[in-house]
Amino acid sequence: MQTLNNKSNVMPVVAALQVLADLCGDGQIVVTNQGSARIWPKLRRRPLDFHYNPSTMSGAIPLALGLALAQPQRDVLAISGDGSLLMSLGSLVTVVGSGATNLTVVLLDNGLYEVTGGQETPAARSAVDYAGLARAAGFPSAAEFRDLAVWQARAADVLALPGPRFIRLVVSAAPHEYLTSSTPPLAEQLAGLRLAVSN
Amino acid sequence: MFTGPEIETIFAELGVTHVVWVPDTAIGPWEHSLANSSRLRLVRVCREGEAWPLAAGLHLGGKSPLVVMQTTGLFESGDALRNVLFDLKLPIYSLIGVRNWLVPQSRDTAKTFAEPILGAWGLDCQWIADPTDKPKLAEHYRRCQAAGTPGVALMAEGAP
Repeated sequence: MQTLNNKSNVMPVVAALQVLADLCGDGQIVVTNQGSARIWPKLRRRPLDFHYNPSTMSGAIPLALGLALAQPQRDVLAISGDGSLLMSLGSLVTVVGSGATNLTVVLLDNGLYEVTGGQETPAARSAVDYAGLARAAGFPSAAEFRDLAVWQARAADVLALPGPRFIRLVVSAAPHEYLTSSTPPLAEQLAGLRLAVSN
Repeated sequence: MFTGPEIETIFAELGVTHVVWVPDTAIGPWEHSLANSSRLRLVRVCREGEAWPLAAGLHLGGKSPLVVMQTTGLFESGDALRNVLFDLKLPIYSLIGVRNWLVPQSRDTAKTFAEPILGAWGLDCQWIADPTDKPKLAEHYRRCQAAGTPGVALMAEGAP
């Protein structure tokens, strides 16, 4: 059986994230973690970006939800890996139950525990329908993309759908040079985020 | 220990904006008062591990959250607590119900390990063991907030 990562129809993760970085509005809060926390700072640097590292695994979605509830006037983007989401699938239910509509959960699905060296998740050899899980949890908008050109063409429309939104991006593993890069210092990020949300 | 209206009043007067919780049998009766409060918002999570980062997000967004759960949930959510209180260094306050603390003959491990584990983390704890301790909750919360440190109120519970 093939794993997600050796299928040919997956998007290069850096290019997939670049689409989001290009569309990100000035007032939008972005929470990354794990692999995305290493890639995003090389694509774009904004005061409202929080690269959650060191993190607690599965914590990015709840942390982003807290920001969304605290800052209802802002859109919040949570970028999570599939391994993290699998550790707390109930967080999708928590998002919907909270009533927050200003949150978008972007799942980077590569079937791997990437930062520990690329071991497979329990879902790597099965066909987990993450967008279907999100819909079943009550997300009004859930979509998935495997093709970069389609994602590039439709991203803006999908991000404008009623929230909370769930977007599964089937992606390649992050290039090694990204995974070995550090995230901005945590204390600096926390101070910057606090200042930015208060403005 | 506390009635729902009592705890809602205490939390609201402390300036708590959000209560992030997983209830147990002793805490659960507060639900009506907390859910219907006009002064704070109740946020329900599916798993205690979500409560700490969710409270972190609220705090970073400028709000004043408080985490409420039972000792079993405290144990379950240990890594999330470690990350939020010690990596992120956020002064999140929590109220933890200690199951069976008021049952002397109980050998419930949810009771046995509560203090040793919190002690290992070096967290500032305040027991609310009987009704005369009730004022200590607000006093301890204010002291921790003034110091910019996390704190834990341990609320003695009976049998579930």
